[in-house]
Amino acid sequence: MSGPTMLRHVRVELALHHLRDGDGHPLLLLHGLGERSPSSVPSWASAWAGPVHALDFTGHGQSTVPAGGGYTAEALMGDADAALAHLGPATILGRGLGAYIALLTAGARPDLVRGAVLADGPGLAGGGSSPGSPYVIRLDPATPSPPDPFVMAELSRDVRPPDYAVAFVFQAVNRSELADPIVVSATTRPDWLRAVVESPGVRRMSTAEGLALYAGTGA
Amino acid sequence: MRRPPSLRPVSDSEGTGTDVTAEEDVPPDYPGARPPDRLRTVDSGGIAIQVHEWGEEAAPPILLTHGGFDFARTFSVFAPLLAAGGLRAVAWDQRGHGDSQHAPLYSWDADVRDAVAVLDSIGSDPIPVLGHSKGGNLMLQLADACPHRVSYLVNFDGLPGNWAAPDVSDHERSRMREEEIRNWLDRRRRAADASRRPGTLSELARRRADMNPRLSFEWLRYLAGVGARRDPDGWRWKIDPTLRMGGFGPWRPDWALHRLSALGMPLLGIVGLQAEQMGMGVTPESIAAYLPPAARLVAFEDTGHFLHIEQPERAAALVLEALT
Repeated sequence: MSGPTMLRHVRVELALHHLRDGDGHPLLLLHGLGERSPSSVPSWASAWAGPVHALDFTGHGQSTVPAGGGYTAEALMGDADAALAHLGPATILGRGLGAYIALLTAGARPDLVRGAVLADGPGLAGGGSSPGSPYVIRLDPATPSPPDPFVMAELSRDVRPPDYAVAFVFQAVNRSELADPIVVSATTRPDWLRAVVESPGVRRMSTAEGLALYAGTGA
Repeated sequence: MRRPPSLRPVSDSEGTGTDVTAEEDVPPDYPGARPPDRLRTVDSGGIAIQVHEWGEEAAPPILLTHGGFDFARTFSVFAPLLAAGGLRAVAWDQRGHGDSQHAPLYSWDADVRDAVAVLDSIGSDPIPVLGHSKGGNLMLQLADACPHRVSYLVNFDGLPGNWAAPDVSDHERSRMREEEIRNWLDRRRRAADASRRPGTLSELARRRADMNPRLSFEWLRYLAGVGARRDPDGWRWKIDPTLRMGGFGPWRPDWALHRLSALGMPLLGIVGLQAEQMGMGVTPESIAAYLPPAARLVAFEDTGHFLHIEQPERAAALVLEALT
């Protein structure tokens, strides 16, 4: 397979990996905190008939490691949106941090996300439901290499209030063409995800079942 | 922060209407405003932060932090008054603002980290820190996270308020948030090529009057002269064109209120009681229950949000009285 497609997101170059061709609408894989895109289609996504793509978030894999940190989940939602701008409507499968970003993206772009599957993975919990004890992270990476130490520090501490997460569920449910635009396969349930699971329009099933549910939802 | 009014087109009938091209290229002076005595940059994790200092280098320092969409030179009248009172006033441009580097990423925590980098460049002893508006909130978080670095907290119209807009129905709030997020993403899709609109200094000043309706045209034109750069096609505000007002995120006003209650160092807060768009809407009554024990709150009756610009002498006198 050739190298990734590089997408511009403001001042960051994002690596979008084309893992496989296929018939139907694309599947976009979002990795967990500190991970990078897989080099081939993982077994748990192998049943997907359409093309499969995977995005390296800012500070990860082959994407830019920017100077000075400043990571937010919302900025990574912008990463995912850059991939959607390139791919068009897609189903998203996110692991850990990528699951949280998949939820935000499904709420922000209900017209472009053909279902989001939220799976277990690193960085699922973030910093909990409310701010912990205050702390200023000081890092001075001489030669920053992925994963960026700033992203590891900042997106393991970002606050994820349950009602904030549920607001994105409502937006997805209210404006998506799908009856159940969110599937939760994760068995770990931090507060935000527990609230998501209890919301109308959210289904609990395995990752493979979730992908099967969304396989026929292309335009 | 509340959203400012949309930037409306400027008509020629606004402002003085006496623009002369040659004059337009000369950054104007302003009574009492003085360039910094020293300029330097501080590295914060690879981002160059511009520092502006007024006063003797050996004098007791105070850190000055500007508000959102402002820059250090908005202290050009206020800081020299502190310097005249015997302080070393150290102001800094937040990343993407003024003469600091435009950054790949922006966050509240990154701003606080940049502030600590500036503090480190001054020394390791605790010093007074002052913040206006968003800068006041940043310094509140800094004081909470690094109590060993802050000896006195001064807050100019930047105490946390209740911004939950209780008069808006849930349905309406949800619609506003949806639009806000979509617009934010749409803007980021275009932001790689963004640049600010060029104009004459007077045009930039008139545009800024939307954010600063109580401030004089002469002041805003002075600000344009120090906050904008001269490009071949005109003047442009230096602020990163990818930054925008407003925003959304997992944030609650009461989190900051609890930070306020937890402070152990003395606090001087000044609020301007004339409500305006950029203001926080905080009154002595709304904040009283959250003030820490060692707090003094002063209200300026006929003053808006930019109280150090409207009443620099009065604000500086209160700060000097508290610190010296």
